Amino acid sequence: MSITIENLNKSFGAYKALDNINLEVNSGELLALLGPSGCGKTSLLRIIGGMELADTGKLLFHGEDVRQRDARERNVGFVFQHYALFRHMTVFENVAFGLRVKPKKERHSEAEIKRRVHELLSLVQLDFLHDRYPAQLSGGQRQRIALARALAVEPKILLLDEPFGALDAQVRKELRRWLRRLHDELHITSIFVTHDQEEALEVADRVVVMNKGRIEQVGTPDEVYAAPATPFVYQFIGNVNLFHSRDHAPWTEHHGDAVAYVRPHDIDISVLPQDDTALPVEVKLVRAIGSVVRVEVAADDSSELIEIELSRERFDAAPLANGDRVFIRPRQFRVFETGEQHEFSAT
Amino acid sequence: MSQFKAHSVLPGFNLALGFTLLYLSLIVLIPLSALFFKTATLGWGGFWEVVTGERVLAALRVTFVTSFAAAVINALFGLIVAWVLVRYRFPGKRIVDALVDLPFALPTAVAGIVLATLYAPNGWLGQHFAAHDIKVAYTPLGIVVALTFIGLPFVVRTVQPVLADVEAEVEEAAASLGAGRWDVFRRVIFPAIYPALLTGFALAFARAIGEYGSVIFIAGNMPYISEIAPLLIVAKLEQYDYAGATAIAVAMLLISFALLLSINALQWWSSRRGGR
Repeated sequence: MSITIENLNKSFGAYKALDNINLEVNSGELLALLGPSGCGKTSLLRIIGGMELADTGKLLFHGEDVRQRDARERNVGFVFQHYALFRHMTVFENVAFGLRVKPKKERHSEAEIKRRVHELLSLVQLDFLHDRYPAQLSGGQRQRIALARALAVEPKILLLDEPFGALDAQVRKELRRWLRRLHDELHITSIFVTHDQEEALEVADRVVVMNKGRIEQVGTPDEVYAAPATPFVYQFIGNVNLFHSRDHAPWTEHHGDAVAYVRPHDIDISVLPQDDTALPVEVKLVRAIGSVVRVEVAADDSSELIEIELSRERFDAAPLANGDRVFIRPRQFRVFETGEQHEFSAT
Repeated sequence: MSQFKAHSVLPGFNLALGFTLLYLSLIVLIPLSALFFKTATLGWGGFWEVVTGERVLAALRVTFVTSFAAAVINALFGLIVAWVLVRYRFPGKRIVDALVDLPFALPTAVAGIVLATLYAPNGWLGQHFAAHDIKVAYTPLGIVVALTFIGLPFVVRTVQPVLADVEAEVEEAAASLGAGRWDVFRRVIFPAIYPALLTGFALAFARAIGEYGSVIFIAGNMPYISEIAPLLIVAKLEQYDYAGATAIAVAMLLISFALLLSINALQWWSSRRGGR
């Protein structure tokens, strides 16, 4: 089911949580709402789920206005960061809950409920835990049960609020791959909220980057990483170096008040100046992190550190040490002025 | 001793257990056993004769029935008060919260006199009941009113923290799964607060059984109708019938103990079912 959001606004007192949001969610896609805490992503999710009401604006499910519909009438599955399982019920009863509270006419027989719950528990690979209580499960298991519970009512839309936020790194990684596979199986329109860019880029079909109640950019993971639309997106997704006018003027030939954004892996490093625009710097720190080597350098008259990432191969071919004097030059950069944006590519 | 002592990182098991036993002995066990020793001077026959006396049986019935009724009322309305205090924000909430504890602080005799005055047939509240031919003061109904008053804080104070602990998210999860308000309360909230509610009920009940000061002023103390067992004990004491007085006390104690034990068992059973 597709979701259309038009000119949506939401304030909490004087604080504007959502500022004129427009968004189109395609049927069957897995969308990530990505942003720092307090950017409004959770508010947006809760408005879609019916847990909160928007002040103004339109919210359509498959072209149908649902703003007046209660959470229980929206047929939306919701997964919470802290699971929100019913702790006095067994795993089985938790998953069966949505089936048991259906109005009498629509309610399935006990045998049918049993069959469907076991089917869902098998889907999340936890059928062997059906008679346990939530307190006896690990965090990852609880979240999978929460997901099975949400899926039990066959929702048309699945909303996940920081679903992996409370889990440790290893389990997180496993679960997000698992979620991706599950989504490929079920094709249910899903939106998940996260502040972890790696998670958003790895799992989602499209990413919505939010900041201070506004949408900064909507695009595929590749688009938001490779072609950030705003300085915020540049800084929020991946690492970036900022060069002020004085330093970047030789490459950008841009003399206004502007900032050049350069990814750490888009910088060339060389012992001899590449050309007369190269910036002389001193190596301050060399750190090898797995497959990449991170080098921090500083221009002679500045204490600001510039981060450069080299592949291990490249670093081994021309090793650097602290205190070495070298030259740097960006292969690719982007300049943002106040109010407008220009893209330049170095030749 | 050592075979009872499971290995634990907490130090001072022996000391703590010794202190607990000494304390319980001094405060609870020695006075209670003195009660039993005094009763024993009557012998079985004498004891049985006292506690099966018609007036004693009537008084015991009045005590336990009114206490139970008061505890039930407190469970119901205490739950509502706790709900309001936890779930809503309104001006004066802190004052209402403080008001709940007042029945603890007030001397019970004062409470009894005030209630008796208010609920008397010509009192502020009593006259409205009297207009409908309902007598409150000087009847078992008046006893229930007094016992409800003194038992109010128990249920509120036991349920309040547990209710505050039920996350709003759990209710939202239930709603998103299609549960109506009644289903959310019945299937999600009530099971979570049920053990605390039972504890509050048991405390209010136990407190009501032993209550004396507030009741005697509003009860009217008519034998067989509104005479409570503690009053009968005092009456026996005034006639220097100490053994008879302790016999009634022992009977009350045994009944109360059996009731509280079964409430505890119920709680244990429900918490095992809850997997906690």
